Amino acid sequence: MAKVLMSGNSIIGEAAIRAGCQCYFGYPITPQNELTEYMAAHLGRRKGCSFVQAESELAAINMVYGASLVGARTMTSSSSPGISLKQEGISYLAASQLPAVIVNMSRGGPGLGSISAAQSDYFQATRGGGHGDYRTIVLAPSSGQELADFTHRAFELADKYQIPVIILGDGMLGQMMEPVEFKHEAPEKPPVRSNALRGAKGRPSRAITTFTSKPTELEEINWSLFRRYQLIQRRETTYEAFMAEDAKLMVVAFGVAARIAKGAIKNVRAEGLKVGMLRPITLWPFPSAQVTSLSSKVKQFLVFEMNMGQMIEDVQLALAGNGDVSFYGRPGGVIPTPSEVAKVISRIYYQKGLK
Amino acid sequence: MKKVYSRPKSLKRNPFHYCPGCGHSVIHRLIAEVIDEMDLQDKAIGIPPPGCSVFAHHYFDVDMAESAHGREAAVATGIKRAFPEAFVFTYQGDGDLAAIGTAETIHAANRGEKMTAIFINNAVYGMTGGQMAPTTLSSMKTTTTPYGRDVEIEGYPIKISEMLALTRGAVYIERTAVNSPANIRKTKKAIRKAFQSQLDNLGFSLVEILSPCPTNWRMEPLESWRWIDEVMAVEFPLGVIKDVTGSKDAD
Repeated sequence: MAKVLMSGNSIIGEAAIRAGCQCYFGYPITPQNELTEYMAAHLGRRKGCSFVQAESELAAINMVYGASLVGARTMTSSSSPGISLKQEGISYLAASQLPAVIVNMSRGGPGLGSISAAQSDYFQATRGGGHGDYRTIVLAPSSGQELADFTHRAFELADKYQIPVIILGDGMLGQMMEPVEFKHEAPEKPPVRSNALRGAKGRPSRAITTFTSKPTELEEINWSLFRRYQLIQRRETTYEAFMAEDAKLMVVAFGVAARIAKGAIKNVRAEGLKVGMLRPITLWPFPSAQVTSLSSKVKQFLVFEMNMGQMIEDVQLALAGNGDVSFYGRPGGVIPTPSEVAKVISRIYYQKGLK
Repeated sequence: MKKVYSRPKSLKRNPFHYCPGCGHSVIHRLIAEVIDEMDLQDKAIGIPPPGCSVFAHHYFDVDMAESAHGREAAVATGIKRAFPEAFVFTYQGDGDLAAIGTAETIHAANRGEKMTAIFINNAVYGMTGGQMAPTTLSSMKTTTTPYGRDVEIEGYPIKISEMLALTRGAVYIERTAVNSPANIRKTKKAIRKAFQSQLDNLGFSLVEILSPCPTNWRMEPLESWRWIDEVMAVEFPLGVIKDVTGSKDAD
């Protein structure tokens, strides 16, 4: 189909409907309201589909839990403070091995923070977020087209691995108007997962539980979850390498920060500096092996994040001392320009004696 | 010989783990009997809470899914919105429904979700060892009101069923007890009526059941039965609180 011009939040909504999302449960919070509103307008009236404006984020994520139990493709969205409230339900989804898509169009924090774009929820997204030993797949789009593509991929991954998947965007991506092409048509009937809990008709009754009184039983469940996580790490890790071949300095950035960094890198390349970028697309699983292998030819790294330094820990873990890591962070919802980032890159480039 | 009593089909052959004199086992059996009689075993999904009845799936032979504490009505909403053909009942205690899950319950009722809440009011948090519940009676001693509930400090026992009756989406709410054969029969009738209102797609229904907890009340079972009549039912009067189902009583 032809490209259409849409805001980032609406793109996620349209892509979710085309991925067969049957139920959406939301609660208003800036800067993601256009997504909730899009679903109210376009999902709620579809045959067999449902839109509910919940009384809280807690209720919304537990409605997602209910819809996922009975086999529906289901989604909720929010922004940072609301995502904190959803962590309870995400932990239960992970424990029950139920698929769901959770969108975080994040904003500055901590606390009520600001409504401007930030990346300060990296830890929360990639470390599980709620209580207990679990992980979620985290996808970090950086453009309108990726919002569409990754939303579709999020539903596929959630079903494939029976796991909650988080799309970690930010207020800037959500508000920006961009041309987008949708590559999938909405299914006539929303799909129903085969192992859904839909009443004990023609089979013995089943229970989905997350509590056990036997620690050894829970230990086995934790092991089995982690075997699946290892599989996801092997199969689903994705990243983008940008101008990396001859780079002496590698920028590591994700989401909109990576997009800003691309502009900066083009600027410094024009001045003859050999700078490239590694952009993690899956924040969990993090492309650790790619960072590790880079360190055989590149020794200087610059991590750029719109926070006080969170992903840098994953970069340092992957490098294990085999590389020098600098950091440039802008927290609080401040969005630096490509030329500001370019200045930081060239300063470090010269300071480290790369030219 | 004529068989007059047998295990309901929807009840598994597992011995109950509940304390002697506890109301849960009686209520489980009543629900299972009604599920059998209304032929709901194939389409029922039960939502038990964390707490004493967290292992309800060991007993009910229907599909069950545990909820996070207090979120049963939200989980039930998700189920019914995605799969309206399901028959959904939640099974919740007083702390669950009337404290941590107040918002979820009130809004599910207000939206008129086609679900039934079985609300066990025993005036304490049972599983955690008998702490004050929102329904703990004035002056009642619990582990967190060791000198008795002081309403000036801890507030009053909350009448959540009466509050829920104010929502337009709630169609049937009754308070019963399981402290005598007559009350047990009335409880079964209320459960049946609540289930029927869901099957008729009328809206939200709830049966509040005053249920003895002799262990945490520090009473003999018989004494706990009497205490329900003499103390609890004075604060929480038994009877139909709301009925706009338009149906006539079965008997």
